[in-house]
Amino acid sequence: MIAFDFAYFRPNTLKEATEIYKQIALTGKTPVYYGGGTEIISMARTGSVKFDAVIDIKSIPECTTLCVESDRLIIGSAVTLTKIAESGCFPLLGETVSRIADHTIQGKITIGGNIAGTIIYREAALPLMITNSKVKIIRKNRLHDVPFFDVFDGDLHLQKGELIVQFLIDKNYLNLPYCHVKKTKLDKIDYPLLSMAAIKTNNGISAAVSGLGDKPFLLPGKILNETDIPETIRVDKTIAAIQNNIISDLIIASKEYRVFVLKNVLTQMFHNFKGA
Amino acid sequence: MLAFSEKSIVKLNVNGENVTVMINPSYTLLHVLREELGLTGTKPGCENGDCGACTVLVDGWPIKSCLMLAAEAIGHQIVTVEGLKNAPIQKSFVENWGFQCGYCTSGFLMVCHALKNIHPDANDFVIEQWLQSNLCRCTGYGEIKNAVKAVLENRI
Ligand SMILES: Cc1cc2nc3c(=O)[nH]c(=O)nc-3n(C[C@H](O)[C@H](O)[C@H](O)COP(=O)(O)OP(=O)(O)OC[C@H]3O[C@@H](n4cnc5c(N)ncnc54)[C@H](O)[C@@H]3O)c2cc1C
Ligand code: FES
Ligand code: FES
Repeated sequence: MIAFDFAYFRPNTLKEATEIYKQIALTGKTPVYYGGGTEIISMARTGSVKFDAVIDIKSIPECTTLCVESDRLIIGSAVTLTKIAESGCFPLLGETVSRIADHTIQGKITIGGNIAGTIIYREAALPLMITNSKVKIIRKNRLHDVPFFDVFDGDLHLQKGELIVQFLIDKNYLNLPYCHVKKTKLDKIDYPLLSMAAIKTNNGISAAVSGLGDKPFLLPGKILNETDIPETIRVDKTIAAIQNNIISDLIIASKEYRVFVLKNVLTQMFHNFKGA
Repeated sequence: MLAFSEKSIVKLNVNGENVTVMINPSYTLLHVLREELGLTGTKPGCENGDCGACTVLVDGWPIKSCLMLAAEAIGHQIVTVEGLKNAPIQKSFVENWGFQCGYCTSGFLMVCHALKNIHPDANDFVIEQWLQSNLCRCTGYGEIKNAVKAVLENRI
């Protein structure tokens, strides 16, 4: 049970959503945008968050669309992880999100909620970080397409009332050779020791990881693509270069162990990309 | 825009019937099914999305009802274990020893029933992927997997 009261709004348009947000905020109350609600409900139940109203964005067509339009894939922020995986529209993203939480919850978690949430892993962001993706947001009552990294550096940076509407991914990235690895401590369903998404373009390999730091981050592309030195040395150099990003021991595993796992995962990645 | 800020009477579609129920916007679907509608087949466990005991179908897909507000269910079709009405998966659980204490069973039944409808040709990988959403403290899961396979292979 959630121990406090709040109002529920389900707008049908972006305008209604932002208007109601503004109206509630003007009265000094706290509204929150509501995607799948899995984090909002969990945290409200334990008393870790409090708010006065939820604005459920799942009836707004722009937020629930999933389509390819001209040269890009458009994923509405309220599209569920299950829908993304089942659609097969972007295999790397599909594989990544089908390892988040468990299959049933994937039918409720939205891509926007995973990326905007407070949990440090935000695994759905990994494929977006390595594909020059853009995000459509509502800012000052207007829609803006901005590079994903303008609002996301591992944490999402939006002002109060701003809403992610869509993620936009260039079609050229959708079917490139890719590698996704998620390592957990014991069970298959768990938070990651390490989750990595990587792709290989004509310009080389790009990779992003979650589970090592207090937020997802990019691995140094320059080192990964130093093709004149052996892969084993590139692995060691990569690990040396990211030492400051790796947080020390987590309950789930020590720093040394997570680095050991990364070493194996990078070796496997180079192996997978051979000949690709 | 659907909007309500205090206890209100709303219409939900549960097990094929439109029911009128008084809900507070903060009520979870799990709470409303059990406490307001008396459908106690849906079980509370962790209430945190981990165990799957509270699983129901929403528009044919399994959903953990502890992580859904009842207000979100307005306009959607909900099926609880009471709505299965002797579906083949129920018989299969009995014939394959798919339960012992039975606490997790309604959640498993809902997942397995949806799997049969959505992926009637599911392979071992898909079966396991779907079943991993639910926890059972009594069986060894093998019996539950056998029960699903019997239904998928039309042996029930
Ligand atoms: C059992 C369980 C296991 C999990 N395992 C994993 C895991 O393995 N890996 C992982 O990465 N995560 C995991 N998660 C975390 C999960 O992905 C996040 O909790 C995520 O926030 C849930 O998405 P949602 O759509 O339910 O978000 P909501 O609960 O709706 O929202 C979460 C936050 O995002 C904001 N928000 C939602 N949509 C938007 C939008 N369009 N624009 C701006 N802000 C928005 C909300 O206001 C809120 O602050 C797990 C969660 C659970 C419950
Ligand atoms: S009670 Fe809902 S998942 Fe455990
Ligand atoms: S039969 Fe007892 S928990 Fe599954």
